[in-house]
Amino acid sequence: MTDTPPHSEPARAEPAHAFGFETRQLHAGQRPDPNTGARAVPIFQTTSYVFEDPESAAAYFNLQEYGNTYSRIMNPTVAVFEERVANLEGGAGAVAFASGIAAQAAALFTLLQPGDHVVCSTALYGGTVNQLKHMLRKMSVELTWVDPDDPQAWRRAVRPDTKAFFAETIGNPGGNVLDIETVAAIAHEHELPLIVDNTFATPYLCRPIEWGADIVVHSATKFLGGHGTSIGGVVVEAGTFNWSNGRFPVVAEPSPAYHGLRFHETFGTYGYLMKLRAETLRDLGAALAPLNAFLFLQGLETLSLRMQRHVANARAVAEFLAAHPLASNVTYPGLPESRYQPLVAKYLPLGAGAVFSFDCAGGRAGGQDLIRGVTLWSHLANVGDAKSLIIHPASTTHRQLGDDELRAAGVGPGTVRLSVGLESVEDLIWDLRQAFALVAATAVSA
Amino acid sequence: MTDLGKYQDPLTIQRVLHTANTVAIVGLSSNELRASYFVGYYLKRRGYRVIPVNPRETRILGEKSYPSLADLPEPVDVVDVFRAPDALPEIARGAVANRAGTLWCQFGVINAEGNRIAEDGGLTVVVDRCMKVEHARYVGRMHWLGFNTERITSVRSGLQ
Ligand SMILES: Cc1ncc(COP(=O)(O)O)c(C=O)c1O
Repeated sequence: MTDTPPHSEPARAEPAHAFGFETRQLHAGQRPDPNTGARAVPIFQTTSYVFEDPESAAAYFNLQEYGNTYSRIMNPTVAVFEERVANLEGGAGAVAFASGIAAQAAALFTLLQPGDHVVCSTALYGGTVNQLKHMLRKMSVELTWVDPDDPQAWRRAVRPDTKAFFAETIGNPGGNVLDIETVAAIAHEHELPLIVDNTFATPYLCRPIEWGADIVVHSATKFLGGHGTSIGGVVVEAGTFNWSNGRFPVVAEPSPAYHGLRFHETFGTYGYLMKLRAETLRDLGAALAPLNAFLFLQGLETLSLRMQRHVANARAVAEFLAAHPLASNVTYPGLPESRYQPLVAKYLPLGAGAVFSFDCAGGRAGGQDLIRGVTLWSHLANVGDAKSLIIHPASTTHRQLGDDELRAAGVGPGTVRLSVGLESVEDLIWDLRQAFALVAATAVSA
Repeated sequence: MTDLGKYQDPLTIQRVLHTANTVAIVGLSSNELRASYFVGYYLKRRGYRVIPVNPRETRILGEKSYPSLADLPEPVDVVDVFRAPDALPEIARGAVANRAGTLWCQFGVINAEGNRIAEDGGLTVVVDRCMKVEHARYVGRMHWLGFNTERITSVRSGLQ
């Protein structure tokens, strides 16, 4: 009707091309800054954004147009991190949070209401167990804990008010590998989403969405960032779950917290993610800082290279321990004798991660002597750093528990957990060997 | 399942977005919370001339609403469809008669006969894609909200 189209031709049209993982870990989510040409991701250290005019401001707040309003809800540096993780995981999008724990809470709060029920794996990170057990109970949400290795246990636990399944790709401390495809199929039989914590695998080693998971959560604090500098988390959604199936009124029905918007009907594929951001992040307030997002992006640029080295070193250390007389019960699922071998072959063909535990001879005292003996491994409570980490749960994270209670938590008095880093692997083994000498010497003198 | 890949080609989508000016939205709602209104509002803000096609309304988004495609006074560049899939063949015939450039079918508006009618009539056909999302992906700011645009490029462009 008029002659000039509103948009001139772009600099270059972009044909479809399936880019490889390494290309995407460097580029996804970012284009050179249109204003400055900056090649690195700029750190937008700003709380808020100037609106062009009142109409634009209204359009942004109404979610009618994509626009920045306030950094508790969105930030351009954080957005690059979000899109990059979403891209690597194969999801429709992602929302970042100030920690992995905040990301999990937000993923659940977005779809739960009081009186709901969640089925959880027993093989979860201890902090997650605390969160689910205590915090969700306060919100009147009930839980059923199931052995993640038993698919029928998941099926048996489903109730009419169940809203989700929650598990980790590689569990703690037993190295349980989740049969994602089977558990996702059971969830979908009951029209439920499967939420998978993929922290230990990272999208380089496993992409749960490709096997049917609906939501993936991460503690970016660990391997995604990879350098132990920042706390953060992220939720990725596949965008394929039918939130309008009748079970999820909080996602599908008009939202009282957003002037009656029906998130799933209005935004379709992006409905859950929009609600996660515009309501849950807005109202929980656990926003990721732009500087931390930048540091995570620096980490992501080398994710594949780091994970290759992490798993190669982990395997070598696990083999050394499996053959050592003072070590037993090495839980690395990548060892040929692991009962998880068929699942590793299917879900983790590039390697079974770099976190595992073993039992040191000599019980509590043996474990403590090993920690005292190492000089290169860092004694601290974290995993997924470029540096190798070691901890003795019975004298730290689990120190309040007696031997029986420890056993119930799957932790022995001599259990030591390792997060294998990127150092020269001979040095890591050298250090463990000399620490075992201290364990042996103390045992002899005792 | 019809193979929709040929109706979702990125180069075709970019060409339509960059060359279109007038967009007739069939099934545009006057309810501000409906997806069609979100799309119409967005496209209008982004400089397209939006023409509502809805027999139950007289004006939407400040624009005159036409009862059907047959009532449009001139050919349009895009006919964007928010209707049940069954309604598509009739709409496709209307788009051909209008000498429209493109038949764009929103998420879930999938009907093979409608696609064929439009193709035979010489129209470009896009299916099961949202015009707002595709615009935001290639021209706009979809990446600001952490969505996976699947774009990978090192070209500096000023189209934010
Ligand atoms: C598997 C797993 N999930 C979640 C978390 C929680 O993440 P954050 O410490 O970033 O809150 C952790 C942290 O140790 C973890 O190991």
